[in-house]
Amino acid sequence: MNKQTPITAYRSALHVSTPHDSAAKQVAGRADYVDDLAEPEGMLHAYLGLSTRAHAEISSIDLDAVRSAPGVVGVLTAADIPAVNDISSVHKHDEPVLVEGVVSYYGQPIFAVIAESRDAARRAAKLVKIVYKDLPHLTDVDAAQAAGGKLVTEPLKLERGDVDAGFAKSTRRAKGRVRIGGQEHFYLESQIALAIPGEDDEVTIQTSTQHPTEIQVMVAQVMGIPHAAVTVNMRRMGGGFGGKETQGNLFAAVAAVAAKKYGKAVKIRPDRDDDFSITGKRHDFVVDYDVGYDADGKIQAVTATYAARAGFSADLSGPVTDRALFHADNAYWYPAVRVNSQPLMTNTVSNTAFRGFGGPQGIVAAERWIEDIAYALGKDPLEIRKLNFYGTDTDNVTPYHQTVEDNVIHRIIDDLEKSSDYQARRAAILTFNATSPILKKGIAMIPVKFGISFTATWHNQAGALVHVYRDGSIHLSHGGTEMGQGLHIKVAQVLADAFGVGVERVKITASNTGKVPNTSATAASSGTDLNGMAAWDGARQIKERLIAHAAAKYKLPVEQVSWQESGVLAGETFIGFDEIVMSAYMARVQLSAAGFYATPKIHWDRSTGRGRPFYYFAYGAAVSEVTIDTLTGEYQIDRADVLEDVGRSLNPAIDIGQVEGGFIQGVGWLTTEELWWDQKGELRTHAPSTYKIPVASDVPPIFNVKLAEWSVNKEPAIGRSKAVGEPPLVLGYSVVEALSMAVASVADYKIAPQLDMPATPERVLMGVERMRKSSP
Amino acid sequence: MGLWITKFMRDIGPMIYIGGLKDLQGIDESAEALTLGAGVTYTRARQVMVKRYPQLGEFWDRIGGEQVRNAGTVGGNIANGSPIGDSPPPLIALGASVTLRKGSARRVVRLEDYFIAYGKQDRQPGEFVESVSIPTLPAGEQFACYKISKRKDEDISSLCGAFRVKVEDGRVVAAAIAFGGMAATPKRAKAVEAALVGGAWSLATVEAAIPAFATDYQPLTDMRASAEYRLLAAQNLLRRFFLETTGAGQRLKREVA
Repeated sequence: MNKQTPITAYRSALHVSTPHDSAAKQVAGRADYVDDLAEPEGMLHAYLGLSTRAHAEISSIDLDAVRSAPGVVGVLTAADIPAVNDISSVHKHDEPVLVEGVVSYYGQPIFAVIAESRDAARRAAKLVKIVYKDLPHLTDVDAAQAAGGKLVTEPLKLERGDVDAGFAKSTRRAKGRVRIGGQEHFYLESQIALAIPGEDDEVTIQTSTQHPTEIQVMVAQVMGIPHAAVTVNMRRMGGGFGGKETQGNLFAAVAAVAAKKYGKAVKIRPDRDDDFSITGKRHDFVVDYDVGYDADGKIQAVTATYAARAGFSADLSGPVTDRALFHADNAYWYPAVRVNSQPLMTNTVSNTAFRGFGGPQGIVAAERWIEDIAYALGKDPLEIRKLNFYGTDTDNVTPYHQTVEDNVIHRIIDDLEKSSDYQARRAAILTFNATSPILKKGIAMIPVKFGISFTATWHNQAGALVHVYRDGSIHLSHGGTEMGQGLHIKVAQVLADAFGVGVERVKITASNTGKVPNTSATAASSGTDLNGMAAWDGARQIKERLIAHAAAKYKLPVEQVSWQESGVLAGETFIGFDEIVMSAYMARVQLSAAGFYATPKIHWDRSTGRGRPFYYFAYGAAVSEVTIDTLTGEYQIDRADVLEDVGRSLNPAIDIGQVEGGFIQGVGWLTTEELWWDQKGELRTHAPSTYKIPVASDVPPIFNVKLAEWSVNKEPAIGRSKAVGEPPLVLGYSVVEALSMAVASVADYKIAPQLDMPATPERVLMGVERMRKSSP
Repeated sequence: MGLWITKFMRDIGPMIYIGGLKDLQGIDESAEALTLGAGVTYTRARQVMVKRYPQLGEFWDRIGGEQVRNAGTVGGNIANGSPIGDSPPPLIALGASVTLRKGSARRVVRLEDYFIAYGKQDRQPGEFVESVSIPTLPAGEQFACYKISKRKDEDISSLCGAFRVKVEDGRVVAAAIAFGGMAATPKRAKAVEAALVGGAWSLATVEAAIPAFATDYQPLTDMRASAEYRLLAAQNLLRRFFLETTGAGQRLKREVA
């Protein structure tokens, strides 16, 4: 592992490595997740009965054996939904809680058993007798396109420049098709919800969600009750990765319906295999591209279609495929460009948000045509990359007509190229491959430019509730959610810094819709940007009141009172934080504030494909070196070097952790994590036995992760930092391109191997075979 | 069996835990053979296995994960009859036999004959696997075993192949090749073996024997690998085995962070 900055506890600590607030508790098993909470007296358990067809009418359903099974209290079907049987997060009314009439994917929930124990509910669910009348099903992009290409939501087109003129200027073309696989979130804590019925129409939900407000809205919709009757509490998730942005709605809705029907608390927690089958994943994409370029490798025009397996409903497929288009450029200037999305309806689980939200798929496609150009011209792909980077003052307008104002990719690449010793290692690899008969090596360097902000502009708002108590302790609640990423400690650092006190004074509390309303999902890498600013705003209000109080008390103009570390300075008099707080309380000054933030500058008009959807861009780069076995296709990562631009890091230890984890998760996505459906449309990789995420030994033996310490966000984001959650993930693609180089060595680098993803040992070996067969 | 309970919700009735039986824990070494009691875990077996068959060291560490190797047994891996168990291919190639016991009655069957068909083994009601006996590899014989999986560690094999040849005066006089993941049971590659025996131990003989894999095996396409990949990789493993016996082999060298 790389050497990290030692973790030290600091007072008033922005820009300092500070341990995750729950780290020790999580290691010791003392951090509570929903399933660890004390269960209310008489609590019941729900378990879902799932479809065993990909697309079929339900001719008949016999639940008698289910109802009469031991421990069963009742069964819920669509008929038991009190108000609206729909949890479509984009309000398209295409996603039932429980199926009515027609099942649309294998694993879709049809009914829920309510029983005295989870085991009883689960056993009973297996006793159902369903007669189906099969309908034709479409499993993947190819099948959906062949059947006419029905879309789940409106596609997007981005266009800038004269594409025809660009192609006319091009002396060469790169045309191809790249397949980019999907990905299961594999959060360690599976989906879970506990609903506790309250008075009248009230219900409280304890759940594992990135989006408490969404849970609140959906439960209210399904129950037909006001939002104000639903309270969602969320302390932490055992991982989310986008899989708990909308995918918890179903579980919360079922638990709430059952809790209100039976007047008891109800908990629902699917088995891992069922969680895999029921919930959506990262969209797999098939990108068809046509790129015109000149003899040097300079791109003149790009057209591409981004077809994605959306699944049976829209869910977030619209914004996910939009974000793929927003990253069709990655860090490259296209003089002319036209790109289209195709969010295709398929009879599979409805694909959803996943770290990067379509952006990584867009970037992978861009890197693929860069690679094609390099092989066609016999050059190092890095040369082609440098040739096509956005300029700083010219050639800096994106396909969505936003000007890139903060381009630092040149410095990132230069720094990493030197620190990783890229050129010398590449030369050594070329020499090694010339004489090594079976093992072949490859190396590749990938840049990333990632747009930061929700492209749905209204989501870029956040609230925080800050209380200062009489003893000087500070209570923090904000609209973001903790999924292990370190959001809470960063926001606590912001608050401690604002008040000039140690971070240990700040008590981090659960996210709760009763404390901070109308929140956005903790997603789009925006958690710290939004909630950190909201918390800062809460502190600002309280500080202004305390300063005004001190000024009045010491009979000074406000300008002569200043905020200091650990207290205020009123004229010549220093008053400690505890003292000024108590004094303000006695003088009846409000010591609580609701902070708020809305990201400035951004706007986006989807109908014209123009605007400034992103507040700023985060940059990064990675170099990976691999060795492949040309007899079996097996491979290993020998070394990876990453340089990430996080602006002025609020917490370098947390940020490096995010970069390391993101990189490895990206490598897993693009190498060993394979979703495989059978002929019947059943997902067969639905457990760790068949679905392979990286394990500890897959971390490269040499793994150098650094932050660009010189970087400062040009925009006044919190502490001049930048978002870190999503951008590093796609750097894992450097491993695929390195594999590709090793494969290409078999045919003397004359042919671009065009490996599809995930680049499993099988795909690598088949790539080697293609090279052998096409080699003279 | 864990999956029977946790996933299939099967009622398995009275269950007897035999992991504590001392009589099944024996490791018996003689000049002729190594005998492992059915209760010997992979972890306990590792030292003695690797001492006698150093070719299995790297392979052994890729079976399951560390926790699995600490709890799982070689005997159990044989008894459950899985076509993708990792221990049968090398043990079949080494000519291992299993001792089946019912009460005081014992019988010995060759491991390769124990696997009859998918889900069917030569084990009568009431019989259990008592031990497995692995003959000593005669000096001068070549032996190797390879595992291929989507992920290097803690993964189920896409295929797993073991190779053993006896070469005298440059000619192959005996060959035993066994694969898992290529058929409904762990299975020998008899057509490939026949194509090798009698020939010079040369790349030409190996290449001439390669097509016979398609006679021995018609593997499945499933979530772990396609039929085409399985067949090609199996063929390449024979190439690897040959190269390694002639000192021209190359393997990935595992390093971990």
